[in-house]
Amino acid sequence: MSAPLTSLDRPNSYIGRSVPRPNAKRLLAGRGRYVSDLRLPRMLHAAFLRSPHAHAKILSINTDEARALEGVHLVATGADLAKICTPWTGTLDHFKGMTSAPQLPLPLDRVVWAGQAVVAVVAENRAIAEDALELIEVDYEDLPIVVDIDGAREAGSPPVNPGSASNVCFRSQLDNGTVDDAFAHAAHVVEEEFSFGRHTAVTLEPRAIVADYDPAAGMLTVHHGTQTPYQFQDLYSRHYGIPEARVRVIATDIGGSFGMKLHVYHEDMAVVGLSILLGRPVKYVADRIESFVSDIHARDHRVRARMALDAKGEILAMDVLDLTAIGAFSTYPRTSVVEGNQVIRLIGAPYRFRNYRATLEVIFQNKVQTSQYRAVGHPIACAVTERLVDMAASKLGLDPFAIRAQNVIADDAYPQTSPTGYRFEALSHQACLNRLHELMNYEGLRAEQVDLRKRGVYRGIGIATFVEITNPSPAFYGVGGARISSQDGAIVSLTPSGEVRCLISVTEQGQGTEAIISQIVADQLGLAQEHVKVITGDTEVTPHGGATWACRGAGIGGETALQATRALKRNILEIAALILQEQPSALDIIDGDVVDAGTRNQRMPIAEIARIAYFRSDTLPPGTQAQLTVSHHFAPQGYPFAFTNGIQGCSLEVDVDTGLIKLLKHFIVEDCGRVINPMLVDEQLRGGIVQGLGAALFEECRYSETGQLMNGSLADYLVPMPMEMPDIVIAHVETPTADTELGAKGVGEAGTAAASACVLNAVNDALAPLGATINSIPITPAKVLKALKRF
Amino acid sequence: MVTNLASRLVSRWDLEETAVKAKAFSYFRAATIDQALDAHARAGDDARFIAGGQSLVPALSLRLQAPRLLIDITHIGELRGVGREGGYLRIGALTRHCEMLSEPLIAEFAPLLHAAAPFVAHPAIRNRGTFGGSVALADPASEFPAMTLALDAEIEIAGPSGCRRVKADDFFIDLFETALQPGELITAVYVPLFKADQRFAFDELARRRGDYALVGCGMLGTFTGEHIDDIRISFFSVGNTPTRVRGAERALIGARLDAERIAAAQGALEGDLAPPESDEVPPAMRLHLARVLLGRLLGRLGEGA
Amino acid sequence: MSGFGEAHLEDADETVRVRFVVNDRKVACEVAPRETLVDCLRNELELTGTHAGCEMGACGACLVQIDGRAVHSCLMLAVQADGARINTIEGLTENGAIADLQAEFHRRNALQCGFCTPGMLINAHELLSQMAQPSREQIRDALSGNYCRCTGYEAIVDAIDTVAKARSAGGTT
Repeated sequence: MSAPLTSLDRPNSYIGRSVPRPNAKRLLAGRGRYVSDLRLPRMLHAAFLRSPHAHAKILSINTDEARALEGVHLVATGADLAKICTPWTGTLDHFKGMTSAPQLPLPLDRVVWAGQAVVAVVAENRAIAEDALELIEVDYEDLPIVVDIDGAREAGSPPVNPGSASNVCFRSQLDNGTVDDAFAHAAHVVEEEFSFGRHTAVTLEPRAIVADYDPAAGMLTVHHGTQTPYQFQDLYSRHYGIPEARVRVIATDIGGSFGMKLHVYHEDMAVVGLSILLGRPVKYVADRIESFVSDIHARDHRVRARMALDAKGEILAMDVLDLTAIGAFSTYPRTSVVEGNQVIRLIGAPYRFRNYRATLEVIFQNKVQTSQYRAVGHPIACAVTERLVDMAASKLGLDPFAIRAQNVIADDAYPQTSPTGYRFEALSHQACLNRLHELMNYEGLRAEQVDLRKRGVYRGIGIATFVEITNPSPAFYGVGGARISSQDGAIVSLTPSGEVRCLISVTEQGQGTEAIISQIVADQLGLAQEHVKVITGDTEVTPHGGATWACRGAGIGGETALQATRALKRNILEIAALILQEQPSALDIIDGDVVDAGTRNQRMPIAEIARIAYFRSDTLPPGTQAQLTVSHHFAPQGYPFAFTNGIQGCSLEVDVDTGLIKLLKHFIVEDCGRVINPMLVDEQLRGGIVQGLGAALFEECRYSETGQLMNGSLADYLVPMPMEMPDIVIAHVETPTADTELGAKGVGEAGTAAASACVLNAVNDALAPLGATINSIPITPAKVLKALKRF
Repeated sequence: MVTNLASRLVSRWDLEETAVKAKAFSYFRAATIDQALDAHARAGDDARFIAGGQSLVPALSLRLQAPRLLIDITHIGELRGVGREGGYLRIGALTRHCEMLSEPLIAEFAPLLHAAAPFVAHPAIRNRGTFGGSVALADPASEFPAMTLALDAEIEIAGPSGCRRVKADDFFIDLFETALQPGELITAVYVPLFKADQRFAFDELARRRGDYALVGCGMLGTFTGEHIDDIRISFFSVGNTPTRVRGAERALIGARLDAERIAAAQGALEGDLAPPESDEVPPAMRLHLARVLLGRLLGRLGEGA
Repeated sequence: MSGFGEAHLEDADETVRVRFVVNDRKVACEVAPRETLVDCLRNELELTGTHAGCEMGACGACLVQIDGRAVHSCLMLAVQADGARINTIEGLTENGAIADLQAEFHRRNALQCGFCTPGMLINAHELLSQMAQPSREQIRDALSGNYCRCTGYEAIVDAIDTVAKARSAGGTT
């Protein structure tokens, strides 16, 4: 019916074209509407008193003085909110044997991390609420704390959750092939223990929520800075006992999310309860300090891994133990074990070997909860694998490109199943490797490195291949019992004036969801993009769907829009055929005009069809009911995930006297299948890479022995800033998925997935002549100087 | 520009409060030094002067400080201006960090300050932060307080009992503690004019541009040929106060600047510096970095810097 | 303002009247002395294009122009700004002063979530008013206090670089 998707020369061919995001102009003019900007009539402001203890019993709470302060409307404790909110537990059925303690908005009798919200104050403004916090007295009795992985695992370690037998949340094991045998007969074995620091998302807009309960209507409206409004509609409905149809969640502009804003936070649940108790809108915006101690953290893994190779450098087997420390409980509703699960399943993914064993142990400790944050598990799996590959290459005297070329799954060998059980439809490691080699002028960089070393300048070159998980099916959460949709829905209408409106369940966080959906709709229907209006993020308006996370917006949301638009086009052409006395198949739509499919001669504007259908239906043949609104849902079938792949490279310089590292240039060759908007894809890669570079060199949540976060401010937690970040060179290989018509896969995690691995390899490459190695992320000056024995 | 937040935050959790909006206070905008001093005298210990506010405002917002009265001194004309006075450059306390970069008199007669200025935080903070405020706060990780030591500057102070000048060497006492008495404010800093036979060098090691340095250093030497007649070297981010390294200076004064002397000066740092415990930068590492930086800067000085 | 009176001490948290010229309009506002300028702009004047990202001067989201220079509105009390000329993203948009920067940011997709964008634009505007042809390094340095979690910065640097070159070519600097 329509021209091939790749053809960019026909009218309205937007798929594959770099067009700016229509909705970005508002943001550039300072006209964004973020939840933190929102003011409603009679709105009050919440603030929270937080625990200074990492683990303590709450003996008493005295709120009398706070309640008496002028301007204070409500002071609520755990007991107050427990009366109206049911507890939640962050486990999923498909993670067999995992445990977690039930949670309430505010604790009843025990705090489990320093910074946990204990008492809520609602006042006329935030300043008064904070004044009131100073007047609240809480008596605590310290309980033993657990703040490191080893301490938590020791026999006789104090339990994070009293009554539980150990501090283990979840254990999992994979064992495929004959691992022991492979190691026993290997010509070479490389082994290392890696550590990965705790990171956090540090979105520029902190978490923000305005809950507005109208007791007269029994209706809850929540303006929520989140990626997943439908998930929260379901949760607010179920935990506060309000019928789903009377819960509306609106997710407008959001100042960054990266996975961080799709989890349940105690404060957010509390704010809903506070609004219900008061019958007034209540706003809460986390301040930056609160963000650091209450947003989810991620990573915090320690991985011991070894790799067996034959004499020629063929990888034979890997054997892995991943220990990861989460918070005192597992995050709801997506749990805190998905990252570890993805680490052990993604390790070794680019390579051909068959023997794999991995053990995952997820451990509780008295710190803030961890959960899914951009590129869940990928950076760890990638760094472990790619560092071991480089260590093997060095042992065997092979070039890093050569050992990878020898071991990656061949591009013509798909489909393949990884030793960890993932099914790959089609990947392009070989093509990507070749392209990167040329793109980064690898030989030139090596020659320059040799020259500079003679002058005492230590440059490093690192590469890292990766596999990324995108387009998740119900296998991700649905099978575990989570009410998190893997399908999406779209409602596409031809408006009376001949424009198209698309309401769709995927959401916008700035990556360009609305732009690419409008590109797909315009392309598939045959009209100019500016005549397509896309609406997202309001459960009262947009159909229920998974929304945007785990790289599903373009692949699943895009396919939903494509199929919905094709259906609308069929309906429009049916009416056009009746009016024009033609067969629908003889007609097409170009630039908003119905045309003869063969000659492209204009027949009538679609606006005219809309006019007739909406206002002069009497002129249509009897029995005709024009359907100019189509609602359509799409759930991925076929492969449980659409895997993507790519390879990154970087060049950097280590100052061996100071331990400071200068990133010189970064490269990526990436294959996300069909590229809908190349510019937006490239900017996803750049942003993702810089998040990975931040992790590589700067970011780490550092805790004291008493469980206090020691660098919980934007002056102390080092995020990547403009001056230290390199320019990034990008190239693409396109291997579309055949599971959808669109062929698109995700791209949001690709940059973050391998950037830190790349830097780790490059730093080790730079230090190699000095006999120093680094096995820990972030790579701080202290670690470099220690490795070099400079102090 | 917030100082030592990490350590202060930990103690703030001990106070069980989380804040981002300041406690209530009163505000008075002074038109003259006398008005400012008078207001402070009458309000007592609970008053604070505010100039650029780039450190004080966040300290107020986080409720690390909670004065009853804030006395705004930014509209006092007497505190402005840069000009020559005898053998000195008088830098008014309200001179903004950005003016340290743009003012030709600073570039000519106090080039060490001009060289240090781009390292002070970020452009927008330099637009507002003041030289006098930075010296008064005496953050041990800040560039300017340390440079007053290297420059042998004198700090002019106005207070209830009149006006006085204090040598930079006598000004910095302990962590955020200076010769300033309650109710006193800095009116100007006097810097000896840069001379033809002098050389200077400045640099710092920081993980990110504009961050507080892991270690930083500035120096001013007086030369006859390659012979060092005199040199003053001052470090920041090495302890509780900006720190002159007199042992290193002694190793250099009266000698020719060569590799051997540089090594001797580096060796002397161990006696000059006692870096504090820190989980991120252990004392031995900071001392190592100070040696590296000193070596690099002396090397530049040798090249005529 | 006249001399200090004891009344000043009794008035803690009583609002005071301040006057600014905001986006070329005279504005009078009742503020508590403790109120920061960013809160005053966002809450009292409803100029929500200026964002609060860290409230300690470490992210650059709250930059506004005060008397022609970029300043963190979170590091300034509203009372301190009494008598100042303030331009926010809204005013600079309306008067067209940064139209070329905005157009190029849009074309180059130099923003994603948009939360850092007003601060980036204010800083870029100041840089280009001081330096006609900054190098990429100088652009990065000028933005060294502006945090963006989304873009990785390169597109922002590209956009500013392009505008600098276009302005120089057009002789408008």
